[in-house]
Amino acid sequence: MSALFEIENLRVALPDFTRKPLFGPPPRNEILRDLSFTIGRGEAIGIVGESGSGKTTLGRTLVRLLEPSGGSIKFDGADISHLDDEAMAPYRRNLQVIFQNPLSSLNPRKTVAQIIAAPLRLHGVANGRQALADHAANALRMVGLSPDLGRRYPQELSGGQRQRVGIARAIALKPSFVLADEIVSGLDMSSQAQILDLLARLKEEMNLTLAFISHDLSVVRRLCERVMVMRQGEIVELRTCAEMFAGPEHPYTQQLLAAIPLPEIDPQWLSQT
Amino acid sequence: MTDALLEVDNLSAGLRGTPARLLRSVSLKVRPGEVHGLVGESGAGKSMIARAIFAILPRAIEIREGRVRLEGRDLLGMGDMARRRAAAQVAALIPQDPMTALNPSKRIEGQITERLIRIIGMGRTEARKHALELLDEVHLREPERVLRSYPHELSGGMRQRVLIAAAFAGRPRLIVADEPTTALDVTVQKQILRLIADMQQRHGTGLLFVTHNLGVVAKICQSVTVLYGGMVIEQASAAQLFASPQHAYTRALIAATPRYDRPGDSLLPVDAAVIEALRADVARADAAWNAGRRA
Repeated sequence: MSALFEIENLRVALPDFTRKPLFGPPPRNEILRDLSFTIGRGEAIGIVGESGSGKTTLGRTLVRLLEPSGGSIKFDGADISHLDDEAMAPYRRNLQVIFQNPLSSLNPRKTVAQIIAAPLRLHGVANGRQALADHAANALRMVGLSPDLGRRYPQELSGGQRQRVGIARAIALKPSFVLADEIVSGLDMSSQAQILDLLARLKEEMNLTLAFISHDLSVVRRLCERVMVMRQGEIVELRTCAEMFAGPEHPYTQQLLAAIPLPEIDPQWLSQT
Repeated sequence: MTDALLEVDNLSAGLRGTPARLLRSVSLKVRPGEVHGLVGESGAGKSMIARAIFAILPRAIEIREGRVRLEGRDLLGMGDMARRRAAAQVAALIPQDPMTALNPSKRIEGQITERLIRIIGMGRTEARKHALELLDEVHLREPERVLRSYPHELSGGMRQRVLIAAAFAGRPRLIVADEPTTALDVTVQKQILRLIADMQQRHGTGLLFVTHNLGVVAKICQSVTVLYGGMVIEQASAAQLFASPQHAYTRALIAATPRYDRPGDSLLPVDAAVIEALRADVARADAAWNAGRRA
């Protein structure tokens, strides 16, 4: 069976408007440089790096919210690198995103049920009030929320509940691929653990393929089979979690790991670089 | 008790016009030069305690009972303005969000020297000289240029360093740091923690460190208070807390902190039974408190 994603020599350059001349196009900054990798079906891959390393740009390019400036992205055997909006439409259902900040990615004027139902209607998965309501209720149940919450607005929910709504919206379409971009970094420890548990369960139940972006390597280990460490738009290391945590090869990865504070006393930790 | 720098004694606070309490008889102490961690999940009341010290609680919250003493001086007996002035003479705050805590329309110089001029009573030239030294201490290059800058001209990491410099201005004996690294990624977090610890040790400052991250607590605190629902769950030295946590909730919080060094170890969300027991404890404490008030 072929891989779900095949990425070859991917390059992305984005316009830099801070340096735009008065006339003419702004210069472009190379954000991703020559990335090649695959993501297998049913695999969870972690994408890790500091802010500015290009991990979010990579995620957005995978689901074609951005267009590559070089190289190719094959999804399920089809080259989607340069498809226009219309040609992308049939693929969108299978390429879902859970965003970092649920408060800004959930419409405050819509109820939770309306938020989850919108993409279902758009993709023609369900039609008619009753069918949409049933689908939304079902999605809420799958993420461990009571269907009664469907009548509430996002700002009435707790941070952990809101992030579950974001997950419910993404999985309601039964996609084959979900991109999760820093979805636990705003949550406290016990909500983090709950959300990670939930994603692990959904991945098994729905046979999801998952790309999980985070700046925290220890969060990735909980969920992913492989980890990709990025720095300045390049891949530093891409290995299985077991290998990576048994002993990271690259000094940069070692440095990233050493920066995570473990819950145990270590007077030396602060002075180590 | 004169050995404590900060002493919060039996502090209860609640929403004005309702009987419910948000802080439930909280007591804690920070000794001179000590780093004390205040830990809990969102909504536990950590920031409320920090704000009560500086008399900057939202209007809707009133203090019902208890004492807050700074260097033995009782703050709660005074009016709000007097309290703020008294607190500012001893203590300073490092706020959570470096993006919103600085005034965007004022140059950095004024924001660092404000405390020096208004509270300590320095002249402008002296305050400026002191500010330059502080910027140098927090490893900001070109301190002269930084002083002349507006906040939007600096990066997030630089702003956080400016806020740390401003907090240490005038040598406060106590600094309250309210989740100062939560918005940062792990490598920058470590740099900022190291900086705060260095400054704290060099000046012998007492530090009340508010956070939800037990990993961070283990690395920089000597003693810890664990909060749940505005109630103190466990208080111990950091060594003791991590070696043998006494309360089931503390153990659950430690287990919920991700560890990259233990493959196969699964992260455990806090057990429903533990939360159930905590809620019962909170209800029992409230019933006893209400009974005491009526008597």
